[in-house]
Amino acid sequence: MPWWLPATLALALVAAVVGGALLALGLAAPGLDLPGNLGDAYLWRVVRFTLFQATLSTVISVALAIPVARALARRQFIGRGLLLRLFSLSLVIPTIVAIFGIAAVHGRTGWVNDVFALLGFERAHYLYGLIGILIGHVFFNMPFIARILLQAIEAVPPETWRVASQYGLRSRDIFRLIEWPALRTVLPGAAGLVFMLCFTSFAVVLTLGGGPKATTLEVAVYQALRFDFDLGRAVALALVQLCLCTAIVLALLQLAVPSSMTLTEGRRYERPDSGGRLGLATDIGAVVVTLGLVVLPLAAVAVAGFNARTLEVLSRWELWRAVGQSLVIALSAAILALLLGGAILVSSRILRHRLGRPGAAGRLELSASLILVVPPFVLATGLFILLRQVADVFALGMPLVILVNALMALPFVVRFLGGPMMEEALRHDRLCQSLGIAGWNRLRLIEWTGLRRPGALALAVAATLSLGDLGVIALFGSQDFATLPLLLYQAMGGFRLSEAAVIAAVLSLLCLALFFAIEWGLGGLRRRGHA
Amino acid sequence: MRLATFLFSAALAVLPLSAQAAEKTLTVYTYDSFTSDWGPGPAIKEAFEADCGCTLEFVALDSSIGVLSRLRLEGENNKADVVLGLDLNILAEARDSGLLAPHGVTPQNLALPVAWDDDIFLPFDYGYFAFVYDTETLAAPPKSLKELVEAPDDLKIILQDPRTSTPGLGLLLWVRKVYGDEAPEAWARLAKKTVTTTKGWSEAYGLFLEGEAPMVLSYTTSPAYHMIAEDEQRYQAAAFAEGHYMQVEVAAMTKSTDDPDLARRFLEFMLSPGFQSTLPTGQWMYPVIDLPEGLPEAYNRLVDPAQPLLFEAEEVAARRGAWVEEWLQAVTR
Repeated sequence: MPWWLPATLALALVAAVVGGALLALGLAAPGLDLPGNLGDAYLWRVVRFTLFQATLSTVISVALAIPVARALARRQFIGRGLLLRLFSLSLVIPTIVAIFGIAAVHGRTGWVNDVFALLGFERAHYLYGLIGILIGHVFFNMPFIARILLQAIEAVPPETWRVASQYGLRSRDIFRLIEWPALRTVLPGAAGLVFMLCFTSFAVVLTLGGGPKATTLEVAVYQALRFDFDLGRAVALALVQLCLCTAIVLALLQLAVPSSMTLTEGRRYERPDSGGRLGLATDIGAVVVTLGLVVLPLAAVAVAGFNARTLEVLSRWELWRAVGQSLVIALSAAILALLLGGAILVSSRILRHRLGRPGAAGRLELSASLILVVPPFVLATGLFILLRQVADVFALGMPLVILVNALMALPFVVRFLGGPMMEEALRHDRLCQSLGIAGWNRLRLIEWTGLRRPGALALAVAATLSLGDLGVIALFGSQDFATLPLLLYQAMGGFRLSEAAVIAAVLSLLCLALFFAIEWGLGGLRRRGHA
Repeated sequence: MRLATFLFSAALAVLPLSAQAAEKTLTVYTYDSFTSDWGPGPAIKEAFEADCGCTLEFVALDSSIGVLSRLRLEGENNKADVVLGLDLNILAEARDSGLLAPHGVTPQNLALPVAWDDDIFLPFDYGYFAFVYDTETLAAPPKSLKELVEAPDDLKIILQDPRTSTPGLGLLLWVRKVYGDEAPEAWARLAKKTVTTTKGWSEAYGLFLEGEAPMVLSYTTSPAYHMIAEDEQRYQAAAFAEGHYMQVEVAAMTKSTDDPDLARRFLEFMLSPGFQSTLPTGQWMYPVIDLPEGLPEAYNRLVDPAQPLLFEAEEVAARRGAWVEEWLQAVTR
């Protein structure tokens, strides 16, 4: 099998879905009228603001994620494992639920203000505005970056820490000489992904940003497609978004450096930098900030789930049917995403390692993320137009949702699995080549021990992402289809906000349980320590 | 083997429709909160199927505008017999699509506060936009839109965006109706009191219930939900002297329906008590006929606007773009 074939097949699927949807919508439009649509001042004001908030959100998320990842890497504390798993939740819970959680903590009558009032201070109204957007985006994205960075730090060969002890390196030197080089291998890719998520943010920016001053390009696309039913303008704006995001993330990838792994005998050594007072203070600071920005809003979601309606909702058959359907979708989508991600990485690591073209490999991995910058309603509308000529869209509901969810989870799988797969290649590629071990045998006999844990992590992330994703189904309109997020939005639309809060809590707990189950079952979490 | 039998019988249990494939099917495009278990959809389906000798199939789209959007995307090849849940502000576009047919129904008993005479659209419920307030944090709410606009800026409100939500567009038209060409100045003053402007109703109302502001843009009927479903008197709507802007939800049959008689029959059923009595506690909106059993008691305690405010659908269609532009300029200044 030629080296490029796996990635080509996987990316062909991405291209078929994204390209097919955009093309179908473009063809259905009377005309794109690019000069007319791209010439107005409103659009460029929106683009400027979108770029500004996305850049700032990404920078701040990264700036917070680095100390958080360091703290998690060099300290063991009670609740560390739970914290790591909670991290996976923030990307999962539906936007509107997250907004309520954040408002419950940081809002005008939120917990933080309650504490202020208790201490005799004036209540501070800091949430709605630029700060609100940043708080929202840090909540969604910082945990993801921190998790990726932690993985990179943990991949540093343990012998390095022995050497660091022998030289008596201080915390600052360890960061500069050991951690930063390790972080730089994954940071541009992860930051690029977060940039895309912030760029395409819609309800968070509008609501926490305080209103129409905080309008992103995604809002303008929505307005064109739904409010004005101007398909041409919607496609034109979606293309602007696609091109801008791609260009910026490509530029960001230029900062990536190839990882320089060295062989390890796999023994564990203590890090020499867990002692210092300043280090301890920063670590405590990082964890406290994490608690305030990530854990407390999640806790607020859980607390809201206990209300007068809890028992009633829990005893509904519809809830458990939705749980079942969501689990089927999540697991199928996750497995598909893992296969696609593996296929892309098998090709890209050969490109990077054997052919010595890390830049091309980075771009290859990036193209797996393209689906994230196409607005979901554009994707759904385009797919609908595309498919209804060849099939009954309602009958396709389930496979279609699984496919789209898998493609949406794909970029995350690539980020979580990329580092470890590269590591395996560096370690065993020569051996495998000289012994002629390839394909399934290579995975089973050689790489499984090393890839098992990261593979399980990637699968768990993909599954929880699909569990929380509303998918395109809401826009397709099928009566017999009911996932948890869909049920949640229906409850909200029908005035049932307390029922919706219960469903949100169930969804969060289910994500957490799924995460634990996959990491334990597949990843062998109990068998700690590297193989 | 056992498993196969089990799966087979499970499949049969799940797909009861396939057994009666010969029966007629009426397909209704509507939005999902109408058909959800909490909405009126399930009861309506049961009541209609009881004597139509047909299957009523809902296609649940994400919103009122989603219904129209789906119809336009499909064009002549749409599968709908009836579309249900369009609101007045997208009526002109729906009419211009040329996909809807005259209903041919002469409604006898309409109790709508405004005269209704339209050959394509029939109303099925209505309501009024209003500011709902928290009686525990706001003792004396403004008594008119004007008082709200001129209130000190520490009176905080939560609004919805007219570009993305129905109540948001409703307030835009309300302000326009009351202030005319001076609407931008009113908006500039409202903007100073606005905590945030959300994408949809759910975000705004949820934040209001969390206490993020003492007032939120919603409907006069919202307190009925709290009084009936939660036995809670705390949230009330503020009556505004200028009157309240009205929302009317309508339905129509499609030109492409393969069974116009059945579609018409559904529209007639829609105006009967069997359908209408599900609305006060399913949609939390007013029915368009006088119900034989009357309205739930809580409805007597709601704000009853002396004067419904409404623009002609054609005027909304023609000027909406300019008004939104004007609003955007005013609130982002």
